[in-house]
Parts: sequence; structure tokens; C-alpha cells
Amino acid sequence: MSVELKKDDKKIIAFLKGDIDHHTAAPIRSKIDEIISLQKPSLLIIDFNDVSFMDSSGIGLVLGRYRLMNELGGKVRVENLSKSVYKVMSLSGMDKLVEIKKREEEKNENN
Amino acid sequence: MKITNQMRLTLDSRSVNESFARVSICAFVACLDPTVEEISDIKTAVSEAVTNCIVHAYKEELGNIYITVAIYDNNVVRIKIRDKGCGIENVEQAMEPLFTTVGGERAGLGFAVMESFMDKVKVRSKINSGTCVTLEKHISGRE
Ligand SMILES: Nc1ncnc2c1ncn2[C@@H]1O[C@H](COP(=O)(O)OP(=O)(O)O)[C@@H](O)[C@H]1O
Ligand SMILES: [Mg+2]
Repeated sequence: MSVELKKDDKKIIAFLKGDIDHHTAAPIRSKIDEIISLQKPSLLIIDFNDVSFMDSSGIGLVLGRYRLMNELGGKVRVENLSKSVYKVMSLSGMDKLVEIKKREEEKNENN
Repeated sequence: MKITNQMRLTLDSRSVNESFARVSICAFVACLDPTVEEISDIKTAVSEAVTNCIVHAYKEELGNIYITVAIYDNNVVRIKIRDKGCGIENVEQAMEPLFTTVGGERAGLGFAVMESFMDKVKVRSKINSGTCVTLEKHISGRE
């Protein structure tokens, strides 16, 4: 598991790679939080394109970052979810708090 | 219903074993030729149950996680994930979506994931004695 962070004006993009579970979520969380408290962005984009697996720990990860960004008056967007990651994420009802975008190919498949 | 194949696995309750548990169980089930979605459903449910043994059952301590996987002749997989940890006081309440006894970043959705991704989920638990989660799924397989 790894996370690559990119800063672009008032926006931070976190590219996640690998499996997200309880074991791997902690280091991802601290890396993202470090840059958020340093840069105070108005938008955090979490990119799931290279995420091969995710359990409910990934939901906790996104909700935690949502709370942090909310305190700063910023927003969170979650992008490029595969079919299986979307299936887990959609159990949380999080789409009311955070904008969630599937991968292009998944959108075409399931309209 | 007859068992056609079976495996047993005992693991330390270390979080690094979460991925080993789900990957090895799915490798064992592969003989049923499951679809990509079926594999990913089982992986996710197993990950939740094993994580619960590590995070909740044993907490700061180290204990054993006992896993058995049985494959039946009607293409059903039954996975038992058992611990000898603290046990659950109220199983019905624990299984409610969003219920969690740990603050921080547990979403309280582990059992909700297991229930929506598997056909059957059964939980037996006794305080100070341990918990056994049984997950069952029929594998339709690839055409
Ligand atoms: N193996 C277990 N041993 C003891 N308690 C457990 C176990 N599994 C689950 N629990 C209890 O059930 C609650 C709900 O579990 P779950 O739905 O996986 O949510 P989470 O793990 O996010 O708290 C846990 O917070 C915990 O109190
Ligand atoms: Mg859990």
C-alpha cells in the first residue's frame, strides 16, 4: 500500500495504491492528515484508481478525512472507484456527505 | 450436503495477517471457479471478520485466530472464523449497522459488509470465552 500526494493550488490529490484494510489504513491516514494540516487545502481528492481491495476500513478512512476537511471548511471528493470498491463504499450512505465518482468504464457498464 | 474439501488455518492476531487470511482463503475457494465478484465478496467479508478478532477480541493482546473453510458438494463455501477473545455482550446490537464500541475510525460496518456480501452470517459469542463467525456463500461460478 502506498499513497502519493500532489498539491495543485488549493487542492490536494491523494493517489492510493494497493489494498486498504485496517493494517494499511493507519499510515495512509497519517500521511494525508500531515499534508492537510500543513497546506489547509479547500479540496481533498482521494483517487482510488489503483486500489485493488478495500474493506470497511476504507470507509472509516474517507469519513475521517471528511471530518477533518469539514473543520477547515473544505470539501472531499472520492474518485475512480472500481466496481468492488464502490460496492463497499455505497453501504455507508456516505454519498450524502462526499461526492463519489466511479471509474469511467464502470459508469458505462452500469449506466 | 457433503464436504468435498476442507482447510484449517491458525494465525497470530497481528494486523499484518489480515491480507494473508483473505488471500489464502480465496485461493482455496478458487477450485469452484468463482466469478470476480464472488471472490471479491468473500475477500471483503473475511477481511472484516479477521480484523474484528484482531481489533476487538484480543485488543492489545496477542491471540490465535482459528479459521476453517469447508467446500460442499452443492458449491457452498462455509468459512468459520473463531477467536478466544473477550466475546460480545449483545450480538444483535453489535450487528446493527454503524454500531461500534471503538471510537476513532472504525465505521461500525463490518457486520453489515459480511451480511450484504455473503448469503448467511451466523455469530456465536460468549463473554470472556470468544466469538465464532460463520460465513456461507453459494458459488455460482463462471459460465
Ligand atoms: N470477534 C469479536 N470479538 C469481540 N467483539 C467483537 C468481535 N467482532 C465484533 N465485535 C463487536 O461488534 C462491534 C461491531 O463490529 P463491526 O460491525 O465489525 O464494526 P467495527 O469493527 O467498525 O466496530 C465492534 O465494535 C465490537 O464491539
Ligand atoms: Mg469490524
